[in-house]
Amino acid sequence: MNKKNTLSNPDTNGYYGQFGGAYIPEMLYPNVEELRKNYLKIISSPRFKKESDTLLRDYAGRPTPLYFAQNLSKQFGTNIYLKREDLCHTGAHKINNTIGQILVAIHLKKNRIIAETGAGQHGVATATVCALKGLECIVYMGEKDIERQAPNVARMKMLGATVVPATSGSKTLKDATNEAIRDWINNPTDTHYIIGSVVGPHPYPDMVARFQSVISSEIKNQLHKQAGIKWPTHVIACVGGGSNAAGTFYHFINEKKVKLIAVEAAGCGINTGKSAATTQLGTQGILHGSKSLVMQTKDGQVIEPHSISAGLDYPGIGPLHANLFSSKRASFLSATDNEALAAAFHLAKKEGIIPALESAHALAALSKVKFKKNDHVVVCLSGRGDKDMDTYMKYL
Amino acid sequence: MNKLDELFCRKKKNILNIYCTAGYPAINSLQTILPALQQQGADIIEVGIPYSDPIADGPVIQQSNMQALQNGMTIPLLLQQLNSLKNSIHIPIILMGYLNPVLQYGIEKFCKDAKKAGVSGIILPDLPMYEYEQWYQPYFAKNNLHPIFLISPQTSMQRIKYADKLSSGFVYAVSSSSTTGSNKIDTGQQQYFKKLKSLKLKNPLLIGFGIKDKVTFQNACKYTAGAIIGSAFIKAIENSKNIQSTTAQFIKSVKQ
Ligand SMILES: Cc1ncc(COP(=O)(O)O)c(C=O)c1O
Repeated sequence: MNKKNTLSNPDTNGYYGQFGGAYIPEMLYPNVEELRKNYLKIISSPRFKKESDTLLRDYAGRPTPLYFAQNLSKQFGTNIYLKREDLCHTGAHKINNTIGQILVAIHLKKNRIIAETGAGQHGVATATVCALKGLECIVYMGEKDIERQAPNVARMKMLGATVVPATSGSKTLKDATNEAIRDWINNPTDTHYIIGSVVGPHPYPDMVARFQSVISSEIKNQLHKQAGIKWPTHVIACVGGGSNAAGTFYHFINEKKVKLIAVEAAGCGINTGKSAATTQLGTQGILHGSKSLVMQTKDGQVIEPHSISAGLDYPGIGPLHANLFSSKRASFLSATDNEALAAAFHLAKKEGIIPALESAHALAALSKVKFKKNDHVVVCLSGRGDKDMDTYMKYL
Repeated sequence: MNKLDELFCRKKKNILNIYCTAGYPAINSLQTILPALQQQGADIIEVGIPYSDPIADGPVIQQSNMQALQNGMTIPLLLQQLNSLKNSIHIPIILMGYLNPVLQYGIEKFCKDAKKAGVSGIILPDLPMYEYEQWYQPYFAKNNLHPIFLISPQTSMQRIKYADKLSSGFVYAVSSSSTTGSNKIDTGQQQYFKKLKSLKLKNPLLIGFGIKDKVTFQNACKYTAGAIIGSAFIKAIENSKNIQSTTAQFIKSVKQ
């Protein structure tokens, strides 16, 4: 582990610059400490590597294609590539992380898995690997999200998971996460908590980033093979908690000439009071076990965000991103609900791909950046739009 | 001298610590609850600072936090209320809260203002001991505020010693692996309580989480200096028409 913190990995105490750490009640300490002590050892073991590589290839469908988007490229007068995480099994990048974590959980001899979910993609990806490995699976989901993401709730149930509505607070992702943490406090010996993004107490942000880093490692290889290019000029990804962005950025973070562009959900607009653009609206605070940027009142109460996309409807971002933001290594843009919708319809018509609403935010950034003819721009298409058809149908 | 030290010097057994959430059920409820608790012979009062995301709390205290926030409770207002009660409340008051609101208020200012308001100790369950030792300790020490850390049935001996070293006043022993207000304690925690009794710590121990009535209180007191009641008291005052008499009744039912 690093003694000093770099931009891509935390120091021994879990800090990326001033962000990170493990702000957890003592009841969680043994669990989190067990994970902290073991995660690097486990994931670097040959046995883990072999099994995880096999599952990522044969089960999840990796490597996912890097598609040169000819029509978008023509339109924007540059070279645009889409990293097709939407073609992963279960329809999003989330499975890269759940495959890694289920193997860690098994290694730690846990037989009960809990998870939180917003849009349901992480819940489905968790239920999937639990079915595969025969582990009990409990997914916490905000009561409001259960209503607005019905097909994913049905998928989780069909996969054998128990979906528990989070009825506290605002009944969305933040509260589902609270409930999962409370479950873990109540079940300290047999349970592993599969967090769905680069959030939570150390070592989660680093562990999840490592599992998602397969995205940028493939991008690097594919760009080289397909276009003879060593480095992209820009990589673009949407940020909810920040896991697909962490994966997309990971192997480029220390390569200063690659521009990292993170796109947050502006909701109805940054200053409308209905937004989820954490770097614009947040201040330093603690949420779900780590110090990061958090949308909060001056009294330190967490504010309920808004985004049309349930996966970006979160009032914080992972500490890795808070540090990329404050060190100015990445630029943070935002896209409104309407801009994301327009970008989704545009991609469908131009390239024949229906993106998830989350990923549509990353696509919306294409019209906000000036590109040169010789630029090589990679957008992470984090998920497919099947789960969002109810929303899209309203705009047909 | 810190009031907690005075108390534990004078009284070694059956210490009753009652938790209430500031601003609950009504914004000014502390003004009724605190004097009533003192009059009925509670030994310590733990005042909760409401927070939007209380991850270590069960449904009853979560609900009281939400209600208190809706009522408009904030740290400045809480400290102001404590200031106005300072001359009439002589038993030790400790503040319990999550770290984020305290950080936004400013840790240095928080400690200074808490002392001014007559507070004797602070419990911040999501403040890691390591961080406390690195950064926070001087502010607590300067204001003679006792930091109180938690241990649970899963806490290793080494960490129990660490919690004991950093804490003063008392160490908070969580009764079972649970959030507040659980019933796990009924299913027998005697083994763990026995272990607690045999620990040779510098601080006394108080058991909390799931202590709800005379039976559970007395049982805890067999092993440690006393216990903390939270959810059961919050539930008792939830729909009370007369908080003063409800409080009196509740304390009597536990003590008699
Ligand atoms: C397709 C898709 N993209 C992005 C996200 C946002 O999460 P993260 O920022 O961790 O990638 C989600 C979350 O549900 C998602 O389903």
